[in-house]
Amino acid sequence: MTAREKEPEEGPKKVGILAVQGDVEEHVQILRDLGVEPVEVRAVEDLSGLSGLIVPGGESTAIGNIMVESGLLDGVRSFFYKGGPVWGTCAGMVLAASATNGPRQPMLGLMNALVTRNGFGRQVHSFEQDLEVEGFDEPFTGVFIRSPFFEDVGPGVEVLSTIGEKIVAARGENILVTAFHPELTDDKRFHEYFLREVCDI
Amino acid sequence: MAENGQKTGTFRVKSGMAQMLKGGVIMDVVDAEQARVAEEAGAVAVMALERVPADIRAQGGVARMSDPGMISGIQETVSIPVMAKARIGHFVEAQVLQSLEVDYIDESEVLTPADEAYHIDKAAFEVPFVCGATNLGEALRRIGEGAAMIRSKGEAGTGNVVEAVRHMRAITGGIRRLTVMETEELMTESKNIGAPYELVRWVAENGRLPVVLFTAGGIATPADAALMMQLGADGVFVGSGIFKSGDPVARAASIVKATTSYRDPKAVADASRGLGEAMVGREMGDLTEEERLAARGW
Repeated sequence: MTAREKEPEEGPKKVGILAVQGDVEEHVQILRDLGVEPVEVRAVEDLSGLSGLIVPGGESTAIGNIMVESGLLDGVRSFFYKGGPVWGTCAGMVLAASATNGPRQPMLGLMNALVTRNGFGRQVHSFEQDLEVEGFDEPFTGVFIRSPFFEDVGPGVEVLSTIGEKIVAARGENILVTAFHPELTDDKRFHEYFLREVCDI
Repeated sequence: MAENGQKTGTFRVKSGMAQMLKGGVIMDVVDAEQARVAEEAGAVAVMALERVPADIRAQGGVARMSDPGMISGIQETVSIPVMAKARIGHFVEAQVLQSLEVDYIDESEVLTPADEAYHIDKAAFEVPFVCGATNLGEALRRIGEGAAMIRSKGEAGTGNVVEAVRHMRAITGGIRRLTVMETEELMTESKNIGAPYELVRWVAENGRLPVVLFTAGGIATPADAALMMQLGADGVFVGSGIFKSGDPVARAASIVKATTSYRDPKAVADASRGLGEAMVGREMGDLTEEERLAARGW
């Protein structure tokens, strides 16, 4: 159709959502609206042919345990280190970090960062707040639910948004993390950002 | 609203919390040691209570909110969310639980009701509530009062899944009925099931509850958990089923595994292998009317 078309199109690009526990369906709906094909990833085989992977919100200890047992912890690591784009929201951000100052738990270690789990306190302190985000013209409403934050990041990590000193959104070459839940809002800009800037779709 | 622009206690934050628990297992625990076992087994949250329902049945007497000291001990032990139960209508127990910063309050028929006419005004709290329901009308009444999560009541402490199945089918069947109704039929249906009209309209248009729907009440085996998931539950509460069984550590992990892989009979079979004795079950016919906890609440 256009000059940009280099190879024959084979239908929409596939983007996976890690579907072991958490708010999977919410991401599925938005990806579908944005014209990519959502794939629920339950086993290592499901990772093949994906243009990106979302690790959703949930309980990071429960998700981590299941990923160890199913081989998905290694599977997702190898997807990432071969260049596969990954976006972690909330629990996904905890799993993506390289270190935690909380109790020991399985981590993916995709990003040079120190994470504080439940960094804003228990559920009664969960909140919504309008955030300034690097590269966004208008503020984005962050929905924070027992959310983590990055206390510190190392080389190769660009901070996209903070609350005070607390880092709540960041990216590396093929990774994006948000401490909050864009999938609980009607605002699709973070999903668009992930597909465009990180997955190159 | 706090001065820093943060809005706490919004319905999106309350119901969003339950959305993060989907696909997971929430386990009843009576002390910090059980909570640790539950967390290691992969529970997404624990429900702190003084006696599991099977013991409440066996020992009788008035069942109340748990000792705050016990709840705090559990909160200090685990990093996953900690829920606790308040009696139906006992809004001061709920205030106490909110002051302890429990992550979810279960206004529960498992405890002895404190008010025989009114449930708690749950919208007035910053901490979210989960409530039991036996059918769609009851679920929507609780949501109308501010509940941010619904669970089937089932019949707690029996180890018998039959009532959970009945309630789950009643709720999902009620939803399906609404989706095929003409708009003009909805007001009468709202009257018939005793549910707020706006919520009836919402369900008719969206084909689901506006909040997460878990199952509870009698789940004792991995296959029970998988059954409830296939019937449309978003996740599972397990009460007496784990710590009243022969091998709680193995059973906790296996129920988590079956809930994750509920569509895969081979995985459920693997999870069910060599678990030792399940809790001793009760036949519904053996329960007297007073013993039926699901009849509490309205």
